[in-house]
Amino acid sequence: MHFKQTATHKVMKPNLDNLVEIRQLHFMRNSRVIFEGININVTRGKVTAVMGPSGSGKTTLLRLIGGQLNPDSGKVVVEGENIAKLSRQKLYESRQRMGMLFQSGALFTDISVFENVAFPLREHTDLPESMIRDLVLMKLQAVGLRGACQLMPGELSGGMARRVALARALAMDPSLIMFDEPFAGQDPISMGVLVQLIRLLNDALKMTTIIVSHDVKETMSIADYIYIIADGRIMGEGKPEDLLQSGTPWVQQFIQGLPDGPVPFHYPARGFANDLWNETV
Amino acid sequence: MLIKRIQLLGRIGLAFLGDIGRATLILYHALVGKPDWVHGFGRLIQQLYSVGVLSLVIIILSGLFIGMVLALQGYTILVKFGAEHALGQLISLSLVRELGPVVSALLFAGRAGSALTAEIGLMKTTEQLSSMEMMGIDPLRRIIAPRFWAGQISMPLLALIFNCVAILGGYTVGVEWLGVDTGAFWANMQSAVDFYADVMNGVIKSVVFGTVITWIAVYQGNDCTPTSEGIGRATTRTVVYSSLAILGLDFFLTAVMFGET
Repeated sequence: MHFKQTATHKVMKPNLDNLVEIRQLHFMRNSRVIFEGININVTRGKVTAVMGPSGSGKTTLLRLIGGQLNPDSGKVVVEGENIAKLSRQKLYESRQRMGMLFQSGALFTDISVFENVAFPLREHTDLPESMIRDLVLMKLQAVGLRGACQLMPGELSGGMARRVALARALAMDPSLIMFDEPFAGQDPISMGVLVQLIRLLNDALKMTTIIVSHDVKETMSIADYIYIIADGRIMGEGKPEDLLQSGTPWVQQFIQGLPDGPVPFHYPARGFANDLWNETV
Repeated sequence: MLIKRIQLLGRIGLAFLGDIGRATLILYHALVGKPDWVHGFGRLIQQLYSVGVLSLVIIILSGLFIGMVLALQGYTILVKFGAEHALGQLISLSLVRELGPVVSALLFAGRAGSALTAEIGLMKTTEQLSSMEMMGIDPLRRIIAPRFWAGQISMPLLALIFNCVAILGGYTVGVEWLGVDTGAFWANMQSAVDFYADVMNGVIKSVVFGTVITWIAVYQGNDCTPTSEGIGRATTRTVVYSSLAILGLDFFLTAVMFGET
């Protein structure tokens, strides 16, 4: 079942334009509220970004979409299926249509780059070896690493490892691909390559992309629509150009990276003078 | 104060029940998810190599020394009663009934169990298990099940090898060094050891120990906190819990198997 999001998120009608729909999502971890009734739409064929400060639950959101976590209430609908209600077998079938790029790359360290990319093909298909070879080389060519196919993951730089992980995530031609902090810790060249690859591959392969990141400039340059989350709520949403014009102080502080504002510089504490006079901390 | 203690007790109880539940689910999936022989045979062979073959050195060396010590200690006592010809009987019964399954299981827990936990824990920490899940591949079937079955198959075979090598070690010391009669050594062993009551019961013990060790090892790896400290703690827990489980189960199994004789 699909739902259409309205301005208030209250009236829900089927909407085939959305590949992922999140409705009234509540999620807690160890009595800490991560999400407090958020609503998100991910439009087919577009790059949707979810941004927010560290610890705001961005990665958790991807795990909820992938069914690795279940919401406390609300629903996560992917391609018309409520992920939390799927049987184990159906969930694994559904994941074959998703690709996910983890922050660490998560390559299998005991097999080569080629075998890493071939891994999902060997597991899910009975294709002949010659075809697997061609497919793997095509995917590696797409990320510019065909020449590195015989290297081991330990021999790759951080940026190369992420590109190999991207090739592996693309191996099964997924309809949805999710990126968890793809730009974190990358040098400027690797970052530029990844930014370009994400946009190009999304458009060329007619995929739907979700990027989770706190790198404002890079994410804004390729996203079609952005959600900014913090404190379990959506603090702002819209197209990049709209967010830049946003009048919300919190959104402006986040986008411009201001050290003080609605998110205070100082962690809440008792009076400074009290601390100085008292000998105990 | 009392309420806090009750709450603490409740938390510990719930955590324990949660552990048991998760461990049982893993065991269920490992049993149900036995490797399919077309795609999984290679994986099983690979795991038999890393779990079983790589444990051979420690098993063989330990078996050799334990057999030799057993012969030396046994001889010094038996010779006082002029019963040194019963050395073969003493060594073989001690080994096939008790020392073989128990010591090889303790060694297996230390070598293979800890390695399994560390390997799976590291895969979890580096998000390899999560990435596998997101590729639509069940890690319980792909990673856990072959390791579980490899442990199951390896343990009884390692215990049998341990027994054979230990008997040879005992023979070397008893017969070649201390001068016990060769015929008496082997004949007493042959007449005293019953294939079903002694050897097979020892094998059953090994199968039980193999199941418990690999179960604990894969569960601890899969359930560890994904940090380097978490892996260290999980590996330690595997060795400690396995060792205690082996000794506790050994008493129980011995009571059931040999309690009435």
